[in-house]
Amino acid sequence: MEDIEKVIGKVKFSLFSPEMVRKISGARIIIPDTYDDDGYPIDGGLVDSRLGVVDPGLRCKTCGGRVKECPGHFGHIELVRPVIHVEFSKYIYSVLKSSCPECKRVVEGSGRKAKGECPNCGAKIPDIKFLKPATFFKDNVQMLSTDIRDWLAGVPNDDLRKLGYDPDFARPEWAILSVLLVPPVNIRPSITLESGERSEDDLTHKLVDIIRINQKLEANINAGAPQLIIEDLWELLQYQVTTYMNNETANSPPARHRSGRALKTLAQRLKGKEGRFRYNLLGKRVNFSARTVISPDPCLRIDEVGVPPAIAEELTVPMEVTEWNVEECKKYVRTKEYPKGLYILRPDGKKLKITDEMREQMAEELKVGWAIERQLQNGDIVLFNRQPSLHRISMMAHEVRVVPGRTFRLNPTVTAPYNADYDGDEMNLHVLQTQEAQAEARYLMKVEDQIISPRHGHAIIKPQEDHVSASYFFTKDGTEFTKEEASKLLMIAGIRELPKPNKDGMYEGKRLFSLLLPKGLNVKVKSKLGEEIVIKDGELIKGAVESRALEGEMLEQIFVKQGSQAAQKFLDSVTSMCLEALSWNGMSVSMKNYSLSANADKKVKDIEDKANREIENLIMQYKNGKLERSPGLTLKETLEGNIMMVASKAREDVGKVVESDLGMDNTSIIMAKIGARGSLLNAIQMSAMLGQQAVRSKRLARGYKGRTLPFYKRGALTGRERGFVFASFRKGLRADDFFHHSMGGRESLVNTAIRTARSGYMQRRLIHAMQDLVVDDDFAVKNGRGAIIQFAYGGDTKDPMLATSTKFVDVTKQDDLDTV
Amino acid sequence: MDNNKKAIINPYSAAGIVAAQSLGEPGTQMTMRTFHYAGVAEHVPTGLPRLIELVDSKKEPKKPLINIYLKSAYSRSETKVREVADELESILLSEVADVTEEMGKRIIRVIMRPEDAKALHVTSSMVEKAIKKTVVTLDVEKEEERTFVVKVKKAAGTGDEPVLKILRKLTGKLAKTLVKGIAGIKRAVVVRDKDGEHFIRASGFNIRDVVLRDEVDSTRIYTNNVMELWKIFGIEAARKALVFEITQVMEMQNLAVDPRHIMLLADAMCADGKVKSIGRHGLSGEKAGVLGRAAFEETIKHLVNAAVTAEEDNLVGVTENIIVGQTIPIGTGKIKLRMRADK
Repeated sequence: MEDIEKVIGKVKFSLFSPEMVRKISGARIIIPDTYDDDGYPIDGGLVDSRLGVVDPGLRCKTCGGRVKECPGHFGHIELVRPVIHVEFSKYIYSVLKSSCPECKRVVEGSGRKAKGECPNCGAKIPDIKFLKPATFFKDNVQMLSTDIRDWLAGVPNDDLRKLGYDPDFARPEWAILSVLLVPPVNIRPSITLESGERSEDDLTHKLVDIIRINQKLEANINAGAPQLIIEDLWELLQYQVTTYMNNETANSPPARHRSGRALKTLAQRLKGKEGRFRYNLLGKRVNFSARTVISPDPCLRIDEVGVPPAIAEELTVPMEVTEWNVEECKKYVRTKEYPKGLYILRPDGKKLKITDEMREQMAEELKVGWAIERQLQNGDIVLFNRQPSLHRISMMAHEVRVVPGRTFRLNPTVTAPYNADYDGDEMNLHVLQTQEAQAEARYLMKVEDQIISPRHGHAIIKPQEDHVSASYFFTKDGTEFTKEEASKLLMIAGIRELPKPNKDGMYEGKRLFSLLLPKGLNVKVKSKLGEEIVIKDGELIKGAVESRALEGEMLEQIFVKQGSQAAQKFLDSVTSMCLEALSWNGMSVSMKNYSLSANADKKVKDIEDKANREIENLIMQYKNGKLERSPGLTLKETLEGNIMMVASKAREDVGKVVESDLGMDNTSIIMAKIGARGSLLNAIQMSAMLGQQAVRSKRLARGYKGRTLPFYKRGALTGRERGFVFASFRKGLRADDFFHHSMGGRESLVNTAIRTARSGYMQRRLIHAMQDLVVDDDFAVKNGRGAIIQFAYGGDTKDPMLATSTKFVDVTKQDDLDTV
Repeated sequence: MDNNKKAIINPYSAAGIVAAQSLGEPGTQMTMRTFHYAGVAEHVPTGLPRLIELVDSKKEPKKPLINIYLKSAYSRSETKVREVADELESILLSEVADVTEEMGKRIIRVIMRPEDAKALHVTSSMVEKAIKKTVVTLDVEKEEERTFVVKVKKAAGTGDEPVLKILRKLTGKLAKTLVKGIAGIKRAVVVRDKDGEHFIRASGFNIRDVVLRDEVDSTRIYTNNVMELWKIFGIEAARKALVFEITQVMEMQNLAVDPRHIMLLADAMCADGKVKSIGRHGLSGEKAGVLGRAAFEETIKHLVNAAVTAEEDNLVGVTENIIVGQTIPIGTGKIKLRMRADK
């Protein structure tokens, strides 16, 4: 099986000369119609069978091929009078303007040109005007396309080169069409409606119009009609061809369909998001892929994906039959049970479906050098993806694990890079079809190799939410397990040997946790709770593990020192072991978690009163003119700024009260503090007060004239009337509080919508500008042209994924920021 | 292998794409909120709007800011720094005086507002000088202590323009006349940096004239206006400023981005000695391949131009090869090594 690999080295663009158009044309089109009464293509019509076939059963008269074999052939229309190709009118103008009408030489420099004379022959240089879309005036007299063509045809090649043309491939007179190329029918297929009626493509419609006008013009010329009428028709022909090329040409009303819809002509087919380039050429559709809803499955490894049987039975993996795997392949062909072969690929390119009756016979025939396509099975490598694919870790390689159900299953730990959740998200799966692709995926795209994000060099796949809570409780001082419990936990983590117990026969949580840590791991960090976490040579000595220690220290260190496999194992065993232990005790949050003591409630009330007093005081000062203006601000702005400060101070104070009152026994506070889920702000808003609501970082002020809601006094400035919400979610909001809170909420929704659109476009531009930059084998970064952008990538040739240089930051969730 | 060697990047890595993604992906998480510098400028864009402004390399950022450090001899005393700041701040005639036209008498009357003038340290002689500089040939009369009258008449060089039209024009021009300070510097405030040194934070542009002042330490002046830095201090300064500004945007949003990505973007934007934007008028508009450009924006324009100049696309880019359906020349796609099946 010798494949000749064809490689396209370059693509050259040029104009077609009229002779060239006639040469590549398969048929001259003369009839402005498509099918005859019997439903057959009319000879010389727009769907002439020499242009290719679209109807099954017919054969192409040019190449003899059937529907799928014939690539389609161009035809041509002889225009009785030439017309200008609109898209080139700008270029025609530039040639007309810079050449002499008599000697046709390109006039250069100032010299005699300033006097309006040709420096070559001394002829007068006329004043050329260009009126969009395609009309030219010579000294205010409209020029005929024929005259323009003759002028352009006279310009010598060498002079054209000076203007940047390549006359061997693009003579300017070729931009004036005397022969119009007609695209093959399979580019403009007609659709048959339910009623049996045919509906032609927009391009066909347009071509019909062009032929009609062309015929009319010809008839008039032959009949010796007055020049005026001929010119009118000529102009109409120009308009038809103009809209055929581009139906959005400036100063030219778009040609419309009977229904009033503007026709989609050539330019419209190419450009824009739904155009040929972006939609078809850059967005190719693929086979061997599947899409369904995702659901969580913590029992899977992070590098696995649960595939439902219905999908596994449909998708196939090709297997080349070699002398080493003939028997295995034959087994797939023979069996009627699940992992079975579906097709046989013969070297002659034939694809045979394996039917149950033929299995035995086909298995016997199977030869080395053939290939089979077998059903997807456990251990196969696939690509898994969730849109929007904003970064490369939006698509990673997973191992298949066939599981019951109708959804893809995914370990919750890997949702972070995909930015997925399980509220109905769907994801795509692609089965790799070549050995090369499978190998590349296994070595470069596996989930465990993406634990560290290339964006900042820190873990992106990391223990989250309950994993963090679970590890915290697991490693807290005083957590102990019996022998039975410890055995269960270690089994889950894949450890088969019990460590030495304490004197009382119990196993400390820290001890069990340490078994997952590799020897040689040393950590000394201050935890988020302020205590010290010490790991010495893989032994957790002090402190309860929280998010910072887990991801920032252990996971990243293991990844760098021990490699991706070790990191993956660590991640999987920590999450599953700790979760199991947590599930024995349980951890939940209830209304009680957000009830403050009477004492704390009183304190909150005091803070509220104090804030109100201060705000009123400020307003008094403002009204009395005693408020001191801050530099650069108006008096009103100063007041607003000060009140905002009072408001945020109030919530800060409330925060302290809430934090101390709920205390460290409160699961909600624990989760916030160890970085598992939620923030202190959430707790404050639920238990004590929502705080100041803001739009555009200012107190609420819009809605009605001088107030936010109709029953307030105009110009009211107090806290409540400008969106200070003293109520908490637990106690419930008053109607006005509710409105105010919604106003702030609305702003963040609007912002999110705008942000996605704007950042999407920015990213498209960024990608387009930088996609050709590549680190060459000398570690210099070069662009598509080979020009050097950086002499050494990043200045040190280090991979950002492996040489972390940013500080570890705790990312505050956007939702939290918006309400502040 | 030690960690240092292990961390060396793989040849043929798609450094550009990774950098673009690393800068673009956090865009969805950024706020659109503006920032406030007390006394100098409000609504200084941060987050996404600022990032877009930077990669677009806008001629004028929405809120240009300048940090001006004085030479150590001056910067110790706050009063001295304040003095300089006052002198830098541009004050227009309309800020200290009422400029009124009197059509009937064909005069323009400039009446100073004493309180405003005093607050901004403007004397009547400064006003007089400014007026004279603007009207050049016309007579300026000092009517009272703080009132000046400009008599407008037909002057040479103004051609056929009627006197009243000149009067109207001149009134507007006078109102915008610079009385004091450096043109373009809107507001200047003295701030202390974290080392306790006083410096001037000003809004506006025109660092060229600021640097020319003796007290100013030209080695430490900085503006967030990348284009102005480029024009005055050259491309390397612009590149550094770009890196610094983008880093700032990311840090303010608490988003971690490796500096290598930011540097690569800045290097790509500055590689030709000009600061180029990333859009269709900059980097994306001048890529090597026609197909690549056509696929981005202005499809028809690029195709038509390619036809006229008989341009060749050598398929060196990623987009171009995707379009024709070939392996992209990046990463493993660049490796030509193959195993022969028969061996």
